[in-house]
Amino acid sequence: MSKVIVVTSGKGGVGKTTTSASFATGLAMKGHKTVVIDFDVGLRNLDLIMGCERRVVYDFVNVINGEATLKQALIKDKTHDKLFILPASQTRDKDAFTKEGVEKVIDELRESFDYIVCDSPAGIEKGAIMALYFADEALVVTNPEVSSVRDSDRILGILAAKSKRAEEGAEPIKEHLIVTRYSPERVESGEMLSIEDINDLLGINLMGVIPESESVLQASNSGIPVIRDSQSSSGQAYDDVVMRFLGEEVPMRFLDAEKKGLFKRIFGA
Amino acid sequence: MSLLDYLTRKKKSSASVAKERLQIILAHEHANASGPDYLPALQRELLDVVSKYAKVDLDDIKVNLEMEGDCEILELNISLPESSRKLA
Repeated sequence: MSKVIVVTSGKGGVGKTTTSASFATGLAMKGHKTVVIDFDVGLRNLDLIMGCERRVVYDFVNVINGEATLKQALIKDKTHDKLFILPASQTRDKDAFTKEGVEKVIDELRESFDYIVCDSPAGIEKGAIMALYFADEALVVTNPEVSSVRDSDRILGILAAKSKRAEEGAEPIKEHLIVTRYSPERVESGEMLSIEDINDLLGINLMGVIPESESVLQASNSGIPVIRDSQSSSGQAYDDVVMRFLGEEVPMRFLDAEKKGLFKRIFGA
Repeated sequence: MSLLDYLTRKKKSSASVAKERLQIILAHEHANASGPDYLPALQRELLDVVSKYAKVDLDDIKVNLEMEGDCEILELNISLPESSRKLA
């Protein structure tokens, strides 16, 4: 049985595309045939994060409109042969998506893929609704910051009311929380919401905490999903997320600040 | 946190302020979201009907939906101005 997973957040810039890229890559690294779809029509970026921007010929909207076949539009990842990317269109036509069109593409993908990861655009407009509409599970990406938490709460409401599963009265979408850009030091000094705070506020299952790390920017600079940087804390944290998603028991890491010496304790970092 | 930070620290951390503010706004937004979508439209249409007979503003019409056990209670509260009461 194939699974459709939406990566969503409401707010922009919190790490949806970074998470989509690493999560999809991680699933493929574990041997599952995976496709990651960019739903951000007009603002295509997943191709850059995945490092395949120069190999885009056809896109999602071309497939919906019958101008290209799925086979022509899917880009095979250079390093993982079980990983494919379906890029977004750069058209400015916001009506490019129809529910029927998207459903047809997803149904066709379901026939040959284990996991279909949908990278949602920010906001709650049509593109974001289309990205979550067919989902079986959702990764809600949240920063430890007030506007991001509020928008995530809003998206949880939409997942519960506007998705196909909600409309048909089927079993609700399984929701998982991914907290990104987490800084244990700042939490300890009381200037950042903690994991417990966010959990209390949103009340969904925590699937992973990605610590703030320089390697995320370095990875996007070079077009390599950060999960492939196994030396970095964020890469390791994404690897944990993938294992938890696949049902393994993996304890949470990167929740505590590094212990400081006496000098630092007195004078600060 | 350094000792100096600790000694000069303000009473409440900004993170706990953030959490309190979020708790309040999320509770408020959940209360609004749980009601059916038609309440604002109902309020506007009621205004159209009532204003045929009395001079009222949208603010004078309160539409509230409350839960009491299994029962949903739709409460309408229309405050009529002094002058219209005499007319009626």
